[in-house]
Amino acid sequence: MTSLIEVPEAKPGAVTPKSKAAPGGGLGRYLVVRFFLIIPTIFILVTLVFFMMRVIGDPITAAQGGRLPPDVLAQRIHDAGYDRPILVQYAEYLGQLATGNFGTTITDRRPVVDMLATFGTATLELSINALVVALAVGIPLGLIAAQRRDKGQDAVLRCFAILCYATPVFFSGLLLKLVFSAWLGWLPVAGRTSTRTELTMQGLAAPSGIYWLDALRSGNMAALGDIAAHAVLPAIALGLLTAGVFLRLVRTNVIGTLGKDYIEAGRSRGVSEFRLLTRHAYKPALIPIITVMGLQIALMLGGAVLTETTFEWKGLGYQLVQYLNARDFVAVQGIVVLLAVIVAVTNFVVDVVAALIDPRVRY
Amino acid sequence: MSTSELHASRGPILGRLPVVSHLRKSVGLQRGMLVAGVILTGFFLLATALAPLLAPYGYSQLSDNSGSFPTQQAPSAKHLLGTTVGGYDVLSRVLWGSQTAVTVIVVSVAMSLFLGVALGLLSGYFGGWLDRIMVVIADAIYAFPSLLLAIVMSIVISRGQSSFWGGILACSFAITVVFVPQYFRVIRAETIRLKAEPFVESAKVVGASSLRIMGRHIFTNATRTLPLMFTLNASEAILTLAGLGFLGFGIEPSSASEWGFDLNKALSDASSGIWWTGVFPGLAIVLTVLGLTLVGESINDLNDPRLRGRRRAGTKQLKAGKA
Repeated sequence: MTSLIEVPEAKPGAVTPKSKAAPGGGLGRYLVVRFFLIIPTIFILVTLVFFMMRVIGDPITAAQGGRLPPDVLAQRIHDAGYDRPILVQYAEYLGQLATGNFGTTITDRRPVVDMLATFGTATLELSINALVVALAVGIPLGLIAAQRRDKGQDAVLRCFAILCYATPVFFSGLLLKLVFSAWLGWLPVAGRTSTRTELTMQGLAAPSGIYWLDALRSGNMAALGDIAAHAVLPAIALGLLTAGVFLRLVRTNVIGTLGKDYIEAGRSRGVSEFRLLTRHAYKPALIPIITVMGLQIALMLGGAVLTETTFEWKGLGYQLVQYLNARDFVAVQGIVVLLAVIVAVTNFVVDVVAALIDPRVRY
Repeated sequence: MSTSELHASRGPILGRLPVVSHLRKSVGLQRGMLVAGVILTGFFLLATALAPLLAPYGYSQLSDNSGSFPTQQAPSAKHLLGTTVGGYDVLSRVLWGSQTAVTVIVVSVAMSLFLGVALGLLSGYFGGWLDRIMVVIADAIYAFPSLLLAIVMSIVISRGQSSFWGGILACSFAITVVFVPQYFRVIRAETIRLKAEPFVESAKVVGASSLRIMGRHIFTNATRTLPLMFTLNASEAILTLAGLGFLGFGIEPSSASEWGFDLNKALSDASSGIWWTGVFPGLAIVLTVLGLTLVGESINDLNDPRLRGRRRAGTKQLKAGKA
């Protein structure tokens, strides 16, 4: 969640009654229990989205109502099965999801799975770029802030972190565009590539969909340069949003470990302040950092919708807004379900990593 | 505990109000952050209250006696912050926008407070299967990207467009859905803790009803964190509202002024180097959120004795530790 303060959490795992597992068997059992907790999370979100979307009416009327004569419309609704009881449709939808069938979009008649694969890779690329920026900015600055606690540098960095949070992605995006594209003319205004590179990329055999990877594999350096130029501004806009959170996170946790006795012991043995900070204090602080970083995935996905719209980056978020405006609720439902799965799986992976690093997490 | 009670009995009620009491116990940098936050928030509230007086034109006004406004005109004497691509006066829209923001904050936070607190009390007090189901649902919603949830909600409620109150309510409801799980978690955790306290047990023995115990004995003791959550949620509400407006799921420009919508329209201006249409509504968002966050942040730090900065003794110790 975007809230800056970590509210005391009741982890989903805490719902299950504690049992005295034999030492050694604890991890396996924990992983299994945690894995099965993904299912209710996804199930609840799918259910919520399904019924919320149907409150408005059936998808065909929503998308094409008014444009088709009533009898044709009724025929189409009948053909697609939207005139049956809602619970029957719901059961059918769940069955389809279980087999990986997300249906076909109404506006451009594409299998939803195809659409998700195409735009999903674009969003993935944007998220990776942004994550790199966020880590590269957030972690070192957080370490500095922790080292210089309550000094001038700390104050400046904390203000910077709050500013990162307070600036909406579309405003930082707008400022970046204004300065680097309109005034300085260094970087392109919008898009993922120029049209020529786009065509080259689509002509590739078996593309991964992640442009810089494809460009590297085909050894096309001109295309790589073009892709990089387009990637800079969106990555900074989205990356700074998360960098602020990382900065604060690293700062708080490293301050916690810096006060421990073993740091004092290390200092008395003559370990350098730099090494104390980057090794002794930073490593134990990593566990809570990794946990919260996983939760940032949700913030990042929300931010990706705005970033993609700002920079006309044709990914899931950009497409979601297009489909929403076209009232294509089959497509919208597909995108939202995919995002729910991503969030649930990421939280699972984060918990597993935390359990692997820290034995105390398992129960 | 005893010191704060002493403090309370000594001072007038003014000294016990959340922000004022925090200001008293703050020192140095923390005080600076709190003061900066209070000032920024003060400006924001002032702009809200005085928007009808300060704004030179109406939020949807396109012309005056001397004819219609020029479009995309740079800041000038007549239009201090310039005009937008649609011919609106930027300064007026920025000022009126604060009213929209405050209305949405108040409505959404009030609704989520009410729902979240009620559900949290019920869930924490009664426990059992009701509690488990609610926790799983709240966790599922909590984990999901809040903006996406808000978009889906606003589409469901308003079908994407509407009048002033229609738009305000749609946005507020959308934001409420996002916030309820947060209040729910905090209040539920507090309720579970308080339920085991002796005073609750004695109330039960005396024969107080569940409703009375929840409302009087638990609720009044569980509200400690609410001022903090209010300020944090207020800033999040502004960001969500602006996000919705930016994506085009907010309020129509003719029924209210909304910063996010103006930023969306300013996006294409930015590519051609026109800065005044985007920079000012954007700054309004940033400064408002900054002010509210600084206040919330400082309250949070000051409530936590480990984070609270201390006067001289503490600094000395730090220095000794470093040497």
